[in-house]
Amino acid sequence: MNILSLFILIPLLTIIAIMFTSNMKQTRLVSAVGMGIQLVLAGILVYLYLAERNAGNMDAMLFYYDAVWFPTLNIHYTIGVDGISVAMIALTSIVVFAGIFASWMVDFLYREFFISLILLASGVFGFFISLDIFTMFLFYELAVIPMYLLIGLWGSGPKEYSAMKLTLMLMAGSALLFVAILGIYFYSAPEGSQLTFNLLEIAKNHIPIEMQRFLFPFAFIGFGVLGALFPFHTWSPDGHASAPTAVSMLHAGVLMKLGGYGVFRVAIYLMPEAAHEQAWIFLILTGISVVYGAFGAVVQKDLKYINAYSSVSHCGLVLFAILMMNQTAMNGAVIQMISHGLMTALFFALIGMIYGRTHTRLINEMGGLMKVMPFLGVVYVIAGLASLGLPGLSGFVAEMTIFVGSFQHTDTFHRVLTIVAASSIVITAVYILRVVGTLLFGPIKNDHFLHLKDALWFERLSTLTLLIAIAAIGMAPLWLSNMINFSLGPIVEKINGVATVAGLF
Amino acid sequence: MSIYDFMTMRHELILTCLVLLVLIIDLNLKQSQKHRIIPIAIGLFFIHTVVGFLPAQTGVLFGGMYHTDGLTILMKNILNVGVLIILFQSTTWLKKEENGEKISEFFILLLSTLVGMNFMISSGDFLMLYLGLELATIPMAALAAYTHHQTRSAEAGIKLILSSALSSGILLFGLSLIYGSTGSIYFDTVGALYSNAPMQVLAFIFFFTGMAFKISLVPFHLWTADVYEGSPVNVTSYFSVISKGASAFILIMVMYTVFHSIAYLWKDIVYLIAVMTMTIGNLFALRQKNMKRFLAFSSIAQAGFIMLGIIGGNKIGMTATVYFVLVYIFSNLGAFGVISAISAKTGKESMDDYDGLYATNPKLSLLMMLSVFSLAGIPPVAGFFGKFFLFTSAASGGYYWLVFIAVLNATISLYYYLLVVKAMFINKNDAPIAFFNSDTMTKIGLFACALGIFVIGFWSQVYEFIDAVTFAIVN
Repeated sequence: MNILSLFILIPLLTIIAIMFTSNMKQTRLVSAVGMGIQLVLAGILVYLYLAERNAGNMDAMLFYYDAVWFPTLNIHYTIGVDGISVAMIALTSIVVFAGIFASWMVDFLYREFFISLILLASGVFGFFISLDIFTMFLFYELAVIPMYLLIGLWGSGPKEYSAMKLTLMLMAGSALLFVAILGIYFYSAPEGSQLTFNLLEIAKNHIPIEMQRFLFPFAFIGFGVLGALFPFHTWSPDGHASAPTAVSMLHAGVLMKLGGYGVFRVAIYLMPEAAHEQAWIFLILTGISVVYGAFGAVVQKDLKYINAYSSVSHCGLVLFAILMMNQTAMNGAVIQMISHGLMTALFFALIGMIYGRTHTRLINEMGGLMKVMPFLGVVYVIAGLASLGLPGLSGFVAEMTIFVGSFQHTDTFHRVLTIVAASSIVITAVYILRVVGTLLFGPIKNDHFLHLKDALWFERLSTLTLLIAIAAIGMAPLWLSNMINFSLGPIVEKINGVATVAGLF
Repeated sequence: MSIYDFMTMRHELILTCLVLLVLIIDLNLKQSQKHRIIPIAIGLFFIHTVVGFLPAQTGVLFGGMYHTDGLTILMKNILNVGVLIILFQSTTWLKKEENGEKISEFFILLLSTLVGMNFMISSGDFLMLYLGLELATIPMAALAAYTHHQTRSAEAGIKLILSSALSSGILLFGLSLIYGSTGSIYFDTVGALYSNAPMQVLAFIFFFTGMAFKISLVPFHLWTADVYEGSPVNVTSYFSVISKGASAFILIMVMYTVFHSIAYLWKDIVYLIAVMTMTIGNLFALRQKNMKRFLAFSSIAQAGFIMLGIIGGNKIGMTATVYFVLVYIFSNLGAFGVISAISAKTGKESMDDYDGLYATNPKLSLLMMLSVFSLAGIPPVAGFFGKFFLFTSAASGGYYWLVFIAVLNATISLYYYLLVVKAMFINKNDAPIAFFNSDTMTKIGLFACALGIFVIGFWSQVYEFIDAVTFAIVN
């Protein structure tokens, strides 16, 4: 059996096993084991992938497997990975693994909780391994829909409102995507030959420019909604704030990356000319996302809202970098996806743990937590430093690459935008340091906080997993960026190989 | 013509015998044993369904009035499966005391309409089509008024018969114009002679209007909600699934074979009707609190989606339409099955009554969730595939904006489908519907839906099988 199919099979088997568990301990044990296997498998995949590449295999996609599903419509179950998808799969398994431990104490309808969570994860895994846009779309929607129950049942605050808003907005996004996918399908092959959903096949064909102009906005905005593209980001703060810890982690950490991944895998890769033509509109929008998200985070008082807005800003940066359409910036975009995925998951995990103790998420009601929970405090500081781009942690590598890449454009429009976007680094520092200052240091504002305990073993495991990954990328970014670069090369070539149509500026 | 030729009409003949048999058996049952007819009738119908799948003879009878081929047989089999599930689901309700004396009437009326639908599907000329239509409609009004001691049910019957009479009248007028202008009522001849002469266009519009009444397309949908709400749940599910599915089958066949020469004209009409039907059906469904009424409006919106298959005018379009109806049968019957099980045990039909259902009846809630997700087109259940293929067929005709409107409507519909999920899973309720056990037959009916919803999508052979017998617009 193909190793990639295991990434869907193991979550499904885990779900089936969970159905047979009889108490909370068994359920979470089964989930942890299942996702632990998944994590190990991801490690093996990275190893096998690198070994294969070192052995000189130059195929665009490795571990390629293809099976016909619906012959008349030529729908296949086609899977395969390149460096980018391998990195995303590794990210997903880390976040899911950490998420299981972060929700160790869920006791309300625990079976349903873990089933929904793992179902969501299997959707994400399926999305990243798919090379057929039909199955890709199927997994995409599969990843979105469990969110409704996850937020609606186990969330907090105005959870029903947030759950509905999030689901409907993301589904409206997938409505746009749907049109784009059908359009791509009907122009996927030269007149008269068999149409296909296979990404690699479609890439060989040239979609007529008029169709590209029509379809590109559908595809870009469709994925952009999930990537928190301004002005379609409003589901994100509400959704993240109301979601339970593990769901926020997975959603901000992984699910939002589906947007960025899809944008360059489908929208830009298949419709490069339209991308060049229309990039300026979306560059402005993502520029707004980056700065607006950061400012939004500055004025928020609720920890989760702060992190949600900072996710809008960071994910905006991903789309921003992808739209720069050169090798360096896109490389940065992928590293940023991974780095932000880990960071934000860590943040949400920490916030969940702090909230579980203090029962408040408002920063001005808290203070001096470093004294009572040093472990969580220290991790929070490290996560914060990673988020504001301190060298030695993953955030720096990502942002540095992105801005260097963006600045390679020599025209004023791109450079001004790059400078504007880069200003978000400063704003990020403002809100991160402000939160760290009021939350962790200073006097303890509530006597009840004095009796709080520090992190328990499963919480330490959850946070340390993420922390190690962040530090690993920060210390040794080269293997990751090499892996990405190798696969990015042909894609960037295809995008820029077309006669560049000058944008409006 | 030999006896053997009559076997071409196997579906209709067996079904007619079945109706008579039920009637005879019922006559010989004592007053206190009337409920025994339930397993007998279901058993007989089960055999009929199975026999339907055996290899069948195809051909033409009565000089072209009646014809069967792979496609018509498939359509009849799909309807049979749907009806079988409905019969299974209705056992709990039929056993209630109030139905004591008229159980067999339920079967006789229901199966008579099915005979009518079978004749409609197999019709080779407009006369047979009209006969089938009437046979399918009139017993249906009696079914709607089945619990006639309830005012609402009696009202539903009257509303249905009046609006059906009107729509039949319009349809018949259209047919008379067709006959007048072409001198024939045979599909093949009419199809060959049809042009865009004003009278023939008018004739088409009358015909389409008549059919639109049956499928309840906007603006001919107004009877739907009241009739659906007033009728007993199982009859409602029959209306919304079988009757609608059969009408969609016939409409697409007639549009493709008879009116193909004015396809460029009817495509505009269908476009407009599809947009209106989806949008208005959805907007009305948003505010419904009664589960039957809610599904009535949602089924109007679903009928709008079916129009997207017709508009494609190609092979994908017809395959997708038949496939969608098949999927729709399972998903909608799943939802109706749950409503009927709850209604039969507790009499509750309002969405508020479903609050907290998951805590007490998890299996029913899960089936309901699967069904509404399937209706909304969420993967991995079958509805996703149904919608995807349907929209693919519209996109193949270049109708991208129509597809966009349709998917947006699917998103709107997701809102109200999620309201049901929210009621069952999230809303708190101090006195939820207590746990109850349905009888075995109802359980089989519910399980069949769950199985269908899960399997049909992934099992691509179903699609391929349908694709093997469908055809594109004759041009």
